[in-house]
Amino acid sequence: MAGIPHDHYEPSSGGEKWLHKRLPILGIAYDTLMIPTPKNLNWMWIWGIVLTFTLVLQIITGIVLVMHYVPHVDMAFASVEHIMRDVNGGHMIRYFHANGASLFFVAVYLHIFRSLYYGNYKAPREVTWIIGMLMYLLMMGTAFMGYVLPWGQMSFHGTAVITGLFGAIPFVGESLQTWLLGASAVGQPALNRFFSLHYLMPFILLGLTIVHIWAFHTTGNNNPTGVEVRRTSKEEAAKDTLPFWPYFVIKDLFALAIILAVFMAIVGFMPNYLGHPDNYIPANPLATPSHIVPEWYFLPFYAILRAFTADVWVVQIVNFVTFGIVDAKFFGVLAMFGAIAVMALAPWLDTSSIRSGRYRPTFKWWFSLLVVDFIVLMWVGAQPTDFPYDWISLIAATYWFAYFLVILPLLGVLEKPLPIPATIEDDFAAHYDSKTGGTKTLVNPAE
Amino acid sequence: MFRTLSLTAVTALSLGIGAAHAASEEVEIVDYDFPFEGIFGAYDTNQLQRGLKVYTEVCAACHGLERVSFRTLHDENGPALPEDQMRAYAQNFEVFDEALADGQGDYRPAAPADYFPGSNVANAPDLSLMAKSRAGFHGPHGTGLAQLFKGMGGAEYIASLMTGYHEEPECALEMETPMDGYYNVSFANGGFPDACKDDHGHHTVPGSWISMPPPLLGEDIDYDDGHSNSLEDEAMDVAAFLMWAAEPKMTARKEAGFTGVIFLLVLSGLLYLTNKKIWAPHKKKLED
Repeated sequence: MAGIPHDHYEPSSGGEKWLHKRLPILGIAYDTLMIPTPKNLNWMWIWGIVLTFTLVLQIITGIVLVMHYVPHVDMAFASVEHIMRDVNGGHMIRYFHANGASLFFVAVYLHIFRSLYYGNYKAPREVTWIIGMLMYLLMMGTAFMGYVLPWGQMSFHGTAVITGLFGAIPFVGESLQTWLLGASAVGQPALNRFFSLHYLMPFILLGLTIVHIWAFHTTGNNNPTGVEVRRTSKEEAAKDTLPFWPYFVIKDLFALAIILAVFMAIVGFMPNYLGHPDNYIPANPLATPSHIVPEWYFLPFYAILRAFTADVWVVQIVNFVTFGIVDAKFFGVLAMFGAIAVMALAPWLDTSSIRSGRYRPTFKWWFSLLVVDFIVLMWVGAQPTDFPYDWISLIAATYWFAYFLVILPLLGVLEKPLPIPATIEDDFAAHYDSKTGGTKTLVNPAE
Repeated sequence: MFRTLSLTAVTALSLGIGAAHAASEEVEIVDYDFPFEGIFGAYDTNQLQRGLKVYTEVCAACHGLERVSFRTLHDENGPALPEDQMRAYAQNFEVFDEALADGQGDYRPAAPADYFPGSNVANAPDLSLMAKSRAGFHGPHGTGLAQLFKGMGGAEYIASLMTGYHEEPECALEMETPMDGYYNVSFANGGFPDACKDDHGHHTVPGSWISMPPPLLGEDIDYDDGHSNSLEDEAMDVAAFLMWAAEPKMTARKEAGFTGVIFLLVLSGLLYLTNKKIWAPHKKKLED
């Protein structure tokens, strides 16, 4: 699909012309910043900017932290306390970094669910979606390894549990786990390599961010109607769009400032709310904490991991069919990664010809249930594994898979969608109808 | 002095997948009012100095405070000991200095830049981060919302533990071999007799048995400022001191947070107006 037609950069001064012939960097910057953007984007289209900002925040605070941190099992915990007590502004930088991880995941989950509702993943934006899913996996890896670095009790024993998941893989699991840890147990080799990778992966994320933006700048943004920008001529495209600068930059910065005010309040007034007290106890391999819970942003998938126990009949059947190769533990690991895999496959599982959930009356309900399901999974992931939590997590985990593997394919066939607006211009006009008094927004009650 | 007595369910989670898990336990944590709570809350210098005295005369016999340096006792937003008092306090301690005696190393009186000694007793944990490594409040229903409204409750936990020693419950008195340690209604992870569990393994009495004997009985310390030295006051004072020891930069953090929030709200106000203005022509055009 061709890009949206718009005015491109024309070097005007002699110096610009000189540079443009040699390196068209100003042209790339101009075209990126002035990209035609659907003018009906709503407030769920701000999370990309929030995520980009957070990535930069994490990299900058991280680089400063590395100047004072010591990746050694005997000194890591003490070096973090040194940052908290003796480094100028160190306590703020560390709290920014630790809570920045939470801000990152709040934003990424809202970003993902935005895309699931408005069908952003559908053709021709599958590549943007797949790259996004890869970024999400990288984020989880980075966050997990970062949590290991303070070398507290939860760092240590959490690492043991999570790397133990790889040990559940048949035949190669144990070797793989040893290879990952660099030793048979969590220790100095693991801390050193996790530190190295924790520093590396954000820069891969930064690179993927550029590819992610490149991909959707090629296809153009989706928008709440799911109707494509008209692109037969520049004039027609201009009726559906406004340039990214200044319209969406200022709008996004406004939203970012509000979100950062909340973030600042958390860092300033309750910086340990989202963490675990146990991680203020230095790692002790001999004393296992009474409860090991992952950080909140891993809980939905942790719940899916734990949901499929040996007494679930699906697990028993799979176990029987595979001659015991896939036991309950490995099944759980497959389910956890499968939960993300089915989400990544959404472009091909969703059969509806309508892109936006706004015009899909039945889909709206199933999608709302998915949001509730995600929150339930997040809650149940921190609960014990006995009754009734085992049933709650099993039902919630099953719904997650059912949504992607059964409901999305079937709905496209069974559902009768509502009429969609002919153009983005029409949708924008309907929202800012002169009869309702100028700039008053007509809120769609289902959104 | 305190508002509510909250029963907190501490739920023990399984380790990894399919492992066994303990039944839920209940502990009693008193929601004490501390001056450092809330957005504008700050440490009470006098309370920290009293807490330091409790720590020095009682806790330090067994426990350490090895991440806290003596110089920080002089901190304006901490105990704020005058510099001469801080130096004199440090001199009560001896540290091993490797540079002395021609590289052989020798003991010398501690200087302000030195740190409190570590624990003297093997199973007495270091107290530097105790107030942050324990959460007094949990729930409800595993959501963690209680901490949103009451705070993490580390200081409340310590004060509750100090005042939580009770007579052993009846169920434990009937046992042939008495429990090791001391019954404390605020302690979660200690020993617990089967005689005090019901048929489902749930605890019938709060708390558990802790190996630390009651450190404070009330009127143990004579405060220099003549403040009441009831058990509850001593417990709160030492809890406040340990909160400062764990989070010495709290005041600076809250000030930065408050300034940041105000700045960002003003900025978002300006950006709101800018956004409204630049979009107005495009939204207005539709009215024509």
